[in-house]
Amino acid sequence: MFDALSEKLQETLAGVRERGTLTEADVDAAMREIRLALLEADVNFKVVKQFTSTVKERCRGEEVIGHLNPGQQVVKIVNEELATLMGGSGRDIAFSPRPPTVVLLAGLQGSGKTTAAAKLARHLRVEHDSSVALAACDVYRPAAVEQLVTMGGRAKADVYEQGTDADPVEIARWARERAQREGKDVLIVDTSGRLHVDEELMRELADVRAAIKPHAILLVVDAMTGQDAVNVAEQFAETVAFDGVVMTKLDGDARGGAALSVKAVTGKPILYASTGEKLDQFERFHPDRMAQRILGMGDVLTFIEKAESISDERQAAELERKLRKAEFTLEDFLSQLKQVRRMGPLSSVLGMIPGFAAAKELRGMKVDEREIDRVEAIILSMTPEERRRPELIKGSRRLRIARGSGTSVQAVNQLVKQFGQMRKLMRQLGQGKMPDLGALMRQAGR
Amino acid sequence: MARDWHDVFIVDGDAPAATADASTEEERRGFFRRLRENLSKTREALSSEVQATLMAGPVNAEGWERLEEALIYADVGARTTADVVERLEREAESDGLQAEALSGRLVELLAQEARPREGDEARIDLRHRPTVILTVGVNGTGKTTTIGKLAWHLRRTLDKSVLIGAGDTFRAAAVEQLEEWARRAECDFVRGAPDADPGAVAFDAVRAGIDRGADVVIVDTAGRLHTQDDLMAELAKVARVLGKVLPGAPHETLLTVDATTGQNGLRQAKLFSEAVPVTGIVLTKLDGTAKGGIALAIARELGIPVKLIGIGERLEDLRPFDADDFARALVAV
Repeated sequence: MFDALSEKLQETLAGVRERGTLTEADVDAAMREIRLALLEADVNFKVVKQFTSTVKERCRGEEVIGHLNPGQQVVKIVNEELATLMGGSGRDIAFSPRPPTVVLLAGLQGSGKTTAAAKLARHLRVEHDSSVALAACDVYRPAAVEQLVTMGGRAKADVYEQGTDADPVEIARWARERAQREGKDVLIVDTSGRLHVDEELMRELADVRAAIKPHAILLVVDAMTGQDAVNVAEQFAETVAFDGVVMTKLDGDARGGAALSVKAVTGKPILYASTGEKLDQFERFHPDRMAQRILGMGDVLTFIEKAESISDERQAAELERKLRKAEFTLEDFLSQLKQVRRMGPLSSVLGMIPGFAAAKELRGMKVDEREIDRVEAIILSMTPEERRRPELIKGSRRLRIARGSGTSVQAVNQLVKQFGQMRKLMRQLGQGKMPDLGALMRQAGR
Repeated sequence: MARDWHDVFIVDGDAPAATADASTEEERRGFFRRLRENLSKTREALSSEVQATLMAGPVNAEGWERLEEALIYADVGARTTADVVERLEREAESDGLQAEALSGRLVELLAQEARPREGDEARIDLRHRPTVILTVGVNGTGKTTTIGKLAWHLRRTLDKSVLIGAGDTFRAAAVEQLEEWARRAECDFVRGAPDADPGAVAFDAVRAGIDRGADVVIVDTAGRLHTQDDLMAELAKVARVLGKVLPGAPHETLLTVDATTGQNGLRQAKLFSEAVPVTGIVLTKLDGTAKGGIALAIARELGIPVKLIGIGERLEDLRPFDADDFARALVAV
């Protein structure tokens, strides 16, 4: 989408290069494209209006300078303004000097509160070494208490519950006292999902808040929310004055414009992002990355960070030397494969690469992890000698490897052949200069 | 005229008894009152603007833009909005449409987009024995609640025996939640072991439905994001398993879409229908301030009709979808 927007803007502003400055008409045309892109990302239309007028102001009369083309320049401005609007980097909740720190979670039905409660509990336990308890105040949805008990158990947090017959305000009050008595660092209070227009339930939420005086109130918002996010956020802000937001279901392909809308109308920061079905798929929110996502730029920073965290510079230098001299063996290949896979499932790794999700020809592409499993199995079934000198693999060795890896002789053949071709290619490259992959990647991100 | 339950389901036999009609008539009035109340909450937000725009003589550029904003605000999406407004603008110019006629035409255009291409496409055929209904959707869109309400209506309004299969073996306590709904709706219930293969539960449910002579078998599945390929493949497998136990099943595959969902709803509908043959949308949570305009884009671009809407937490808060009511609510004229 970044590519789409960026391309569209470059098209729209094609004539500008010769003239050197952006005219009023150029800016208007560019704003139309930006407006459309943001609306498609579900940013609230009022927020879009405000935003485009700010960007327009900055673009007006802007000189087209340096190596940026006019389209890129507008994108740069958009990106900067978006980052400003999204606010500073994500932080954790502030702990109270007098424990327990009480956190209240609220939100619409189905936004993911119960899951978020368990994930937050795990996050605080692991990152801050806190002892955490969860309070089950959703007495309305059938089996919500059971769900929290199960999830809490997985997160290794105590779950305080009184079934579904008690009053949520009373449960909350009781849980707070118990957490204090039991010396918990944190108490996370899960509440039932409610509509922001349900006066009775909103009053109940206000009562819970008054009864336990939480240190932090978090609104849980589904990343797929549309224009209505603004209404929801405003109503919850009015009733319970929440302090921050947890964005959920960010592992989907929603562009998440709701994050921008909520931040813009309430001024409250988005603190956490929930990104998967597993308990540990929960992290501090990165507004800058969200801005890029809304524009469809891909999560370049996360990608680079992940790549950095798993690679070791000395290893990389050694690898490059081997590649140049075409000494690269199947053993090296295996270790590379393992490193890449440590970044997570390949499909999610690829999703972070800018333009990948948007590129038409790649959209239907599925990464078959099983295929890679097979390759790994084949290499693992070889002797160290065979990994270093694949040309040894003939006849009975081939059959043994195929049997050992549970694949076929054809599959072993294919891998050996492909590896041979790869080595040949590297030899050719090695005579020239190896391209700097990091630089390539950073360029792609611009 | 809102459709009632007998309009949405195709059943064997004669027209329903008169007593049933009387009660549905009363229900319908109740429904309208609730819908009106819900609408009135949002009315001040835009309808007055739209009304003022359309009623105040010839509409200028600014007026058309306001109308566009109203539709965007309802999550109709930029593209559909642009098309509809452009068409209305053209007609206003060529036919001199104004005021009442213009707002009437707007609702008509929107209803047209929301309506399926053929009449029966928006109905649910219950003449199969048993009729197997598969429910799918993203996490938190309201699948389980929808099943509870649907089962209740099938039991109570249409006097069908219903069996529910708890195919969500993933989410903690999902089975217990559904079991509670089955109890309230007085339905048979088939569950699998925790973490059992959902295909196996689906198989058992249909098998049991056949053995026990159930009229309808509703199979629940775990909520999943449409971008998770492995989980979508699992869903396709569940559908295949159903077809193996009972050729032709699932006869109906309902995708629940949260009315609060924005433009991503279109992606959901697209990817879910690539995995399983989605035959209809259940638009849930219409009792909030969200208007569910994304359903319009789904009907228009993918040809999947909305069949049912969820308007509240109570058992009776599931209703047949009516394109005209929906269109009116979108702009709240």
